[in-house]
Amino acid sequence: MSAAVPAVSMRGITKRFPGVVANDRVDFEAAAGEVHALLGENGAGKTTLSHILTGLYHADEGRILLSGEPVAFQSPRDAIDAGVCMVHQHFRLVERFTVAENLVLGDRRGAGRRFRIDPRAVESQVRELGQRYHLPVDPHAHIWQLSVGEQQRVEILNALYQDARVLILDEPTAVLTPEESETLFTTLREIAAEGRTVVFISHKLHEVKAVSDRVTVLRAGKVVATVPTADATPQSLASLMIGHDVETVQRTARDLDGEGAVLEMSDVWADGDRGAPAVKGVSLAVRAGEIVAVAGVAGNGQRELAETIAGVRPSTKGAIRVDGRLLKRGDVRAAFDAGIRYVPEDRLGTGVSPSLSLAMNLELRSYRESSFGPLLRLRRMRANAEKAIEEFNIRAPGPDVQAANLSGGNLQKVVIAREFAGEMKVLVAASPTRGLDVSAVATVHSYLLQAAGRGTAVVLLSEDLDEILALNDRIVVMYEGRLSEVRNRDSIEEIGLRMAGEEPDSG
Amino acid sequence: MNNSLLVVLVASGVTYGTPLLFAALGELLAERSGVLNLGVEGMMLVGAVMGFWTVERVHANAGLTLALAIVVGAVAGTAMAAIHAFLVVTLRANQIVSGLALTIFAGAVGLSSYLGNNLNLADIPATHSFHALLPKGMQNLPVVGPILFGQNILVYVSWLCVIAVGLYLSRTRPGLNVRAVGESPAAADTMGINVTAYRYAHTLVGGAFAGVAGASITLAITPQWVDGITGGAGWIAIALVIFSFWRPELCLVGAYFFGALQSLAPQLQARNISLGPTVLWTNSLPYVMTIVVLVVVSSGTARRRLGAPSALGVPYVREEH
Repeated sequence: MSAAVPAVSMRGITKRFPGVVANDRVDFEAAAGEVHALLGENGAGKTTLSHILTGLYHADEGRILLSGEPVAFQSPRDAIDAGVCMVHQHFRLVERFTVAENLVLGDRRGAGRRFRIDPRAVESQVRELGQRYHLPVDPHAHIWQLSVGEQQRVEILNALYQDARVLILDEPTAVLTPEESETLFTTLREIAAEGRTVVFISHKLHEVKAVSDRVTVLRAGKVVATVPTADATPQSLASLMIGHDVETVQRTARDLDGEGAVLEMSDVWADGDRGAPAVKGVSLAVRAGEIVAVAGVAGNGQRELAETIAGVRPSTKGAIRVDGRLLKRGDVRAAFDAGIRYVPEDRLGTGVSPSLSLAMNLELRSYRESSFGPLLRLRRMRANAEKAIEEFNIRAPGPDVQAANLSGGNLQKVVIAREFAGEMKVLVAASPTRGLDVSAVATVHSYLLQAAGRGTAVVLLSEDLDEILALNDRIVVMYEGRLSEVRNRDSIEEIGLRMAGEEPDSG
Repeated sequence: MNNSLLVVLVASGVTYGTPLLFAALGELLAERSGVLNLGVEGMMLVGAVMGFWTVERVHANAGLTLALAIVVGAVAGTAMAAIHAFLVVTLRANQIVSGLALTIFAGAVGLSSYLGNNLNLADIPATHSFHALLPKGMQNLPVVGPILFGQNILVYVSWLCVIAVGLYLSRTRPGLNVRAVGESPAAADTMGINVTAYRYAHTLVGGAFAGVAGASITLAITPQWVDGITGGAGWIAIALVIFSFWRPELCLVGAYFFGALQSLAPQLQARNISLGPTVLWTNSLPYVMTIVVLVVVSSGTARRRLGAPSALGVPYVREEH
């Protein structure tokens, strides 16, 4: 690190949103030529800080200096023109455009500046850049044809094509296999070696250790520390990040040999939203009290698999049985009546009805039984809700609060409280802790373990390897709609290979 | 030969299809920027009455008067579109509701009807109207004569517009930008493209096209003004845009097809060809086709597959808090 003027310097940045201070007098500095990690839990203010740096938000207080020059960005475009580019979690690409067209779209200096455009002219340039940075991608391909990993490469290429001096990546590995992540890290180090600055946002400790030179830790909107990565251990970073020592649940191995299968799937196929098969011949048996973890990179059919089991998505072929009884395909009520419970991936959109009250949301599965003819028994619903608030420790002002006003963790508790009612034979949980803070994660995990303890067959679909390793009795990996059984469930290497669609060498 | 049913149908398809083509091109531009404009019918009606009014009030030579009338029609359509743009882009109102409201507001018992009756435009023939442009000799050439050379200048202008819109969308910087705005406004915004400005501009230009389409009905097709003269042409134009997969060159084909359907009834009658209750089914054919097209493509998946702009009908809100 040079002692010279830092490439990026943010001083005293404060940003308030209604009810929260997302950034509280944050000081952040990154030098040219370094990979600087921004570490923190969800909601710690990492994304807000990066959005301020890229002109998407305006800071309420504080200054930004690039190489010593004060800047005031009004829009992302201003930031790009000053050489600050960001790779967002949700890519900012036009799906129907080709790679080259997407690059031309942001081009204000070269071929894209002219009135007449010819995206083909930049294709050779794209290819060249791709080779130089190990980011191979076909410039003529349309974005929708590319895998998520490839789309990320396009985003990075776009930044390099704009000649970004500062490149910010927001949780870039969430959509990658472990192997793809390694390649990305190599690329990022090369980019930094050219004298550019890479800001790497993550909440995953081993990634931060693997890729960064320095790390700034944020907690609850404040900077806790900036340390050279070499001097830090994952433990020290974790306690900085969380503020206390980490408590994690650990699954104790249990003897399930005597248990029979509750959920049986044989050769189940289902179509995705675009009409192409997304679940391809899945066969899976889950025993009572067993947690089967389904690992995989996002978008390999996990959501479709969960929906198919829950009856939300009709299977096109194959059979799903609960306790030996065949389920009607695509019938949510039949699935529920058979004892299948579902915690969907998208809490706010699918898990609850955001504009209904908490009490109403708790009753969505059972109002038919509890109502008086066509009339809802509102008083009883409210009483039930109060009981659930108590029992599941939901932090809400009362049963009449709109679901949309609850935080992610409390929303998830509402979903769990609703789904856990009645006789729960099978629980399908899709990314149940995504976006939750550490304490909420622990709560959700304890509920999953509790369900298994009650003899429920649990299918846990998750992209979080730590979660999978902590909770599973058995791991299967989903890749392009197919399942493969992990033989050694402690081997991250084997899981990683399978996530990339490869079979580990038998031996 | 030039009197054979096929040639006459194609030639009148081009004539009757031209207002549809103008309106559809305008709608296509608006939709490519992500704005669904169901007010086309209303904008056409206002363009029709204002264009006709200009011809009745301005006393200059025919060419100048007609050119002015077209401009006035375009301005009237633009003014209507400005209401839509303000409601749906600035205020982020529901695009379907706003468009329908405009059509009802301007419709057969609304603004256009008030203007026409109040300005005493009903039941008088147009002082000037558009006629075939090219010499009689060319018009009498077999087959191509009536179809290609027997048309008025608006037809030739519409061809230029098709080419211009096609090149604009595929080959120019603003065209690329507007496609990005219609597909993914968030990406466009990040790249520094002014989403609001692009949506306004294309909605307004779309309104101008609709106004011209309306004026071309009262000045070229049926040179007079009667209440509700467009007779649902605006709706057909909206269906046409879908029918043509949001591509200008296919708009032209579709417009002429629907134009030919419209002239089928009088042609069959003139030839004493009777196919059951001819008038009933031939007259309803364009509308039935419109309903069929709309039903077929109304599901979200079908629209996406056909090439509808992904952000069509969706207001853009920057994620700034």
